Formats: sequence, structure tokens, C-alpha cells
Amino acid sequence: MPSASLSDKTSWLPNDNRGWNLTSVLIALLISIPLLVIVSFLLQPSNENWQHLWDYLLTDYLRNTLILAVGVGLGVLVIGITTAWLTSMCDFPGRHWLSWALLLPMAIPAYIIAYTYTGMLEFAGPVQSSLRHFFGWQTQDYWFPEIRSLGGAVCMLTLVLYPYVYMLTRAAFLEQSTCALEVSRTLGKSPWGSFYKVALPLARPAIITGLVLALMETLADYGTVQYFGVNTFTTGIFRIWFGMGDSVTAAQLSALLLLFVFFLILIEKYSRGRARFHHTSTRYNQIKRIQLKGWRAALACLVCLLPFVLGFLLPAFQLSVWTVMTAKTSFTTDFLRLFSNSLLLAIIAALIAVSLALVLAYSKRLVATPLVKTATQTAALGYALPGTIVAVGVIIPFAWFDNTIDQWLRDHFNLSSGLLLSGTLVALLFAYTVRFLSVSLQAVDAGLQKIKPGMDDSARSLGLKPLGVLTKIHMPLMRGTLLTALLLVFVDVLKELPATLILRPFNFNTLAVRAYEMANDEKLALAGAPALLIVLAGIVPVILLSSVINRARAGQQP
Amino acid sequence: MKSITKFSCFLLIIALSACSKPAEQSNDNNVVVSTETKPVVTETTELNIYSARQEHLLKPLLDKFSANNGIKVNLVSGRADALLQRLESEGQNSEADVFVTTDAGRLHRAKTAGVLQRVESQVLTSTLPAQMRDPDGYWFGISQRARPIMYVKGRVDPTQISTYEQLADEQWKGKICIRSSGNIYNQSLVASMIESNGEEATEAWARGLVANLAREPKGGDRDQIRAAVAGECDLVVANTYYLGGMLMGDVEEDRTIAGQIGIIWPNQNDRGTHVNVTGVGVTAASDNRDVAIQFIEFMLSEEAQSHYALENAEYPVVSSVAQSDTLKNWGEFRADALTLARLGELNADATRLMDRAGWK
Repeated sequence: MPSASLSDKTSWLPNDNRGWNLTSVLIALLISIPLLVIVSFLLQPSNENWQHLWDYLLTDYLRNTLILAVGVGLGVLVIGITTAWLTSMCDFPGRHWLSWALLLPMAIPAYIIAYTYTGMLEFAGPVQSSLRHFFGWQTQDYWFPEIRSLGGAVCMLTLVLYPYVYMLTRAAFLEQSTCALEVSRTLGKSPWGSFYKVALPLARPAIITGLVLALMETLADYGTVQYFGVNTFTTGIFRIWFGMGDSVTAAQLSALLLLFVFFLILIEKYSRGRARFHHTSTRYNQIKRIQLKGWRAALACLVCLLPFVLGFLLPAFQLSVWTVMTAKTSFTTDFLRLFSNSLLLAIIAALIAVSLALVLAYSKRLVATPLVKTATQTAALGYALPGTIVAVGVIIPFAWFDNTIDQWLRDHFNLSSGLLLSGTLVALLFAYTVRFLSVSLQAVDAGLQKIKPGMDDSARSLGLKPLGVLTKIHMPLMRGTLLTALLLVFVDVLKELPATLILRPFNFNTLAVRAYEMANDEKLALAGAPALLIVLAGIVPVILLSSVINRARAGQQP
Repeated sequence: MKSITKFSCFLLIIALSACSKPAEQSNDNNVVVSTETKPVVTETTELNIYSARQEHLLKPLLDKFSANNGIKVNLVSGRADALLQRLESEGQNSEADVFVTTDAGRLHRAKTAGVLQRVESQVLTSTLPAQMRDPDGYWFGISQRARPIMYVKGRVDPTQISTYEQLADEQWKGKICIRSSGNIYNQSLVASMIESNGEEATEAWARGLVANLAREPKGGDRDQIRAAVAGECDLVVANTYYLGGMLMGDVEEDRTIAGQIGIIWPNQNDRGTHVNVTGVGVTAASDNRDVAIQFIEFMLSEEAQSHYALENAEYPVVSSVAQSDTLKNWGEFRADALTLARLGELNADATRLMDRAGWK
């Protein structure tokens, strides 16, 4: 059996596996349709706008995008890993509540945090105004960091994206058998040594997964960079598409972005090589946290406090101030509807994304043929595309499908079916799946990798079918992982804006839509209430998430 | 094989049943999510709108329209260009009857994309000045905004500058704030200058303007106004309703800031100040044309026009309608008489020109 599960030849596979193979390839194909639509634009002849791009814009776009990606990448790694290590391996005052509070920035959409910080830190904002007032400075007298800049964008995105690395890395640290760490200590490694040489390499898949998610989100970001006046690849796509009305060149740019991400992921997979990261020992010991005392404890506390305060507390405070300021106008009767619409969409999308991720990840485990691998990887690329581009990739095939059926019915039966799927929640949920499948897939994949293949073999030899192995063995084993995946997609959908805006049915609003409409109309204060509600709705699952991770501690009973 | 098929079916059923739920729920609340077949008989009691105007700006008017005529209005609001793409892809089966969007440039794009239909209405052509509508009857302006120069009172002598062209003068070096060239309001402003002065002169002007900027373009129009009052620059180019919105808004700080801003109406001795419209057209796919026209006529009625002037500090497109006090305070001005459809035709040229001039 193990040889079959690793084999590259489908003809060897037992019947059961071929079914999985087929299903996963079909799912992956379906999910890849919008991406293929975008990539297909590459086949169209390029026009004079490419010359224009090349002459005036592209260097700027590439430079800014690269700096943004590297900056955010470093930022989320440093903050994410440090805080994950401190909260899982050390003990200091406040560790307990900080371990979940550190996740909270995830609930704040990037463009919202950008708005709030601009409100606070810009030249006309309260901070600079009171500094000037207090010290009697004039306009040119002093230097103050400009928030609306490339550096500012790096900071904003880092603050809301580091939780991906933190969460996954922390879970990995907690799940690591402490035996491995103890062995390294008894073999003479210092605590730092065993961190660098054992814990960190063991957590590598989790760290990389978090990093990839954060980077894909960074590349897809439009709201923040656009507001900050930083021209990146994404703003370039919008400029070409909507400023010059050239959908072909814009889609070609998007396709390039996709290829770039695809190669990034390939390089990562390649560098990981044949290394496997599941536990080989069945002995788990309770971790003994390092007790920090004195200034060390204070420092640890401060290090963990800072990302929470900057990434959550301050912006949430600003949002609350705005909410109170505009309470009369904000809370209209339809507010509850917005809330329930948002929740409902997020829950359904999370269920779909995680179910599909399970099928894809498991069949990759069963039959790792190149076809399955490539199909799965392609399906997961949607996360790196701006929501609007995904939406366009959904609109085109859905409308084509609807119109074709309609035409056929007209031709043969003189009937009209109109638009069957376009403009319905099906189209919207499909777009969410395309965009966020990557999130659930990464999480589920990482979870599955940690289960020893021997488990599968034993279960199969005892007579379970593959589906049985998945539902009876794997799913219970990775309950924590599944919940994590569900909650990640849930929070992401809650925050999602561009695809919702364009694909939603008539009269269907969500919190994100309301917040955007206010902010876009430059009524920032009025965006406060819906934005705060998004954050609140996101907090509950985030806290849940953290308790799940805590319970996932290796060797502990759930 | 069997089990996996069952499993996939199960997933599909969950997905589908889940999808249909919100639609049913919506129906309880008098919301139509039309997943069902479009009725063969034309439904005259409903009107479906795709709008690039935000819901909260449009909703009060839609409610009035419904109350007056007993017509139920369904709305999707979103970003103009994305909505246009949706309209285009949905083609003849689109359920939208009416497309509302800001900026003549976008209205023109909708017209060329073939998603609008021609409307001939005596009422519309006689109430609306020719400049405010498409010459071929594909779209009609419903409200107007101006994009003048604004200055900080007490810091600038308003007689020192009287044209957009002068924004490029040496004297304003480091004194001007304006948002990015990615914004369509700036694209349309530049388009109007290309029409008036030609491409070469406008490009030279744009270079001069960029050299005079106090900071890299960032933020929206309100941000420029705030920056000016805070001392970062002296002159701002912004749409009037943003200033009006700050004056009439909930936020006290904004009201104070806006109070310190004065308006200079540029180019009063030649072509006039740059203006633009929010407009509306009947979609090519609409089989509900009469109701759609009824809606456009309503938007031009005294009631609707004065709403725009009062609530959103925009100028009415129908000259007989009285202006709000805020607008009156800013004074009369002469608007650029250019046919707004030209802005759309020149939009791509304007965008490329701004790139060449280094306008971020």
C-alpha cells in the first residue's frame, strides 16, 4: 500500500483511489476556471499600452511591489515567529491572554487599518496637530514619518497579516513533541540552539504556509496601496483596466502576477524536497515552559503586547470613537440585516472551502500524481489575485454559461431561462471559494502532513475505504486543523470586499460593503460602525481559534 | 468510487441548499433575488438598477420614486467599472434596466461598450441642457459637480490665480495638493484641458503642476482639503461636494476645517470651470424601458434635483431648480460648456499623458 500511495502511475492504483483522483482533478478544474479565463488573455495580441507600461510605469510597479512583498515578508516572519515562540515556550505575566489577543489583528481588514492610522497620524490628524500645538512647531519645523507611503503600507499590512504566521507557527510549536526538544537539550544545545536547530526547522512547513498566505494577501491588496498612493502591480492592473479601458493588457498583467506566484510556490515546494514533517515518536511529554523573570519577563511581555496594541487596540479604539460620534446616523434599521448577511455568507463559504480542501488534500495524499498536484496547486492560486480580478474571472464564464443555455432554450423550445447563476449567491460563493480555497487548503494540507502515513496503512489493512480513513481517522485527528481552516476562511470572507461588491444579487448588502461605501465617499467616520462590527464578528471565531490551538498541545487530551 | 461520488453529491447538495437559503430569506423581506426564470410578460412594477453611486446617496430618492409610482426598485451598487464589466458580460439577459454612474467618462465607456440603449424623450431633451446629456440619447446627466481650485482663507490672495493653467506657474512651487492621476476626476479634468489647449500644451502644464506639488499625490479630495488647512499646502483641486459634505457632516473637526476654505472659480474669462455629471442610461438589455424612462424623468424632477442639492451639495442639472444655501454661498460661476461626452473620448489619452508627466 505505501508504494501505491506514492506511485506516479495511475494504472497501478486501486479503483478507490482513481475515483478520488478524478474528483479532485474535476474540482480543481472547476475552481481554476476564473484563473484560466484571466490567463487566456495572454493569448490575445498585446497592444500599444504595453509600450506605454514599459516606458513609464512598469519599473515603478515592480520596484514597489518587490519592496512591499519583502518588507511585509520580513515583518510577519519576525513578529510572527518571535511571539509564537514566546507564548508557546516561555512563561511571563500576561502570556495567557496575550496568546489569543495576538490573533485579533486578523479581524481587521487591511484597508480599514490604513484608514484609521491615516486618520490618526496624518498631518492634519490629532497626533501631529497636538505635537505642533504643544511645542509650537510650524509646518516645516519638524520631521514626522509619512504614514501614506510605501513604508506605511508595509507597516499596515504587516500588522494585520502577521497573525497568519503567528497562528500556524505557534500551533506547530505546541504540537511538536517536546521529546525532540529535550533530546536536543540533553545533547548539549542551549535553549536558543535548540530553537534554531530543532524547533524552527521542524516548524518550517507551518512558517512557510503562514508566510505564503501573508504574501499572497499582500500581492492581492488594492485598498491599502491605492489609498496610500503607492503604485504596485495591483494598482497598475486597475489603472490599465479602468483608467485606459484596456481589459486585455490588464488581464495580461494579472496573468503575469499569477505566474510569478506559481513559481514562488514551486520554488518553495522544490526547496522542501523530500523532507517529511510528521512525528515519528508516539511519546509526548508536557512542555515545561521557561519561566521568565524580571526584565526578561517585562521584555517578553512588551514584545507580545506591541503587535496587539498597534494591530488591534489602537485601530479598534479609533473605530469606536467614530462609531460613537456617528451613532445617530449609523445604526439604521437594516444594520442587523447587514450583520446576518455577512455572517451567513462567511459560514457557508467556510464550509464549502474546507470541504473542498479536504477532498483535494486527501486525494493528493492518496494519489500524488503530477496531474493531481498541479491541478491542486493551480486551484489555490486565487488568493494572490485582487478580488475584483477574480470577480471578473467569475462573471465572464458564468454569464457565458447562462447565456448559452438561454440561447439553446430559445432556439429549441422558444423559452428563455434568463440568467440562471449570474447575479445570484451561487456566483458570489463560487468567487469566495476561488479566492479563499488556498487558505483552507494550506491549513488542511499542513494538518494531513503531520499524520503518519502508517496510520492510513493500518486503517486500510483493517478494512476501511479511503473515505472511511478520511472521516474516521483523519478528520477526528485534525479537528483542530479543520476548525482553524474554517475560521480562517470565515474571517476572510467577512472582510472580503471587491468580489462581494460586484457579484452580489440585487438589494444584498454586507458589513464590508457598507463600510466601503462610506469610506469611499470619504466619510471615514461613518465607516466606523460597520467596520467595528466586522471586527467584533471576527473576534469571536479568533478567540475560538486560539482555544483550539491551545488544546492542540501534543500529548494532551482534547 | 461509489463512496466518493456520494460524498461529492453530498457536498454539492449542502452547497446548493445553503445557497438558496439567503435568497428565500431575502424574499420574506420584499427583496427579489431573481434566480428564477425571467417572466416572459414584462413586469412593469419593478425596476432593477446597477449603480456606481453609493446606496446611501441614492436610497432616499429611490424610496420616493417607489412611493410616488408604486414601482419596486431593486439595487446593486458597486464600483463603476466592475459593474460595467458585469453588465457587458451578462449581455442581453442582464436583469438591469438602468445603469447609474458618476463621471461622463464612464458614461461614455458604457455607451461604446454597447450596454446602453438609445432613448428619445421629449421631456428629457427639453428639461436637460444639451451639454448635460449624450448627443445620441444614450445617457442623461442627473446631477452636477464642479472641480474648482480651493484655497486656505487668509493665506492666499484669491485674485492671484484665476485659471487651471496658472497652477503650473513657478509661484506655486510646493504649494499645491491634488490626488492621484488614477482618479477619474483628475483624468476628466485633464481631458477637458486637452480638448481646450491641445495635448502638447497640456502635457507641459501637467509637468509644471507635478513640479509644484507639495507632496506626492495620496488620499482622496477631503484629504487634500485637510492637508491644506493643516498647513501642508495652500491650493487644492477638489470636487465641490466633498467640501460641502465636510461643511454639513457630523464631524465637528471637519466642519471647522472646511470653514477655512474658499473657492476660486477658474477660467471665468474663457472656457469656464470644469464640471462633470452623474448620469444614467437605460440598459440595452432592458425590456422595461418605459419604467426606466419614467425613473430618469423622476430624477430630473424638482423634488429629486433639490434633494441632490440639499443632501449632497451637488449642483442640479436643471437650471430652474433652486440651489441650497451652501451652494449659493460659493457664488455663481460659469461652467465649461464642453460637451461632456468628449471627456470620455479623451479619457485614455489623458491617463497616458499624466503618466508621461510623472503624475503619480
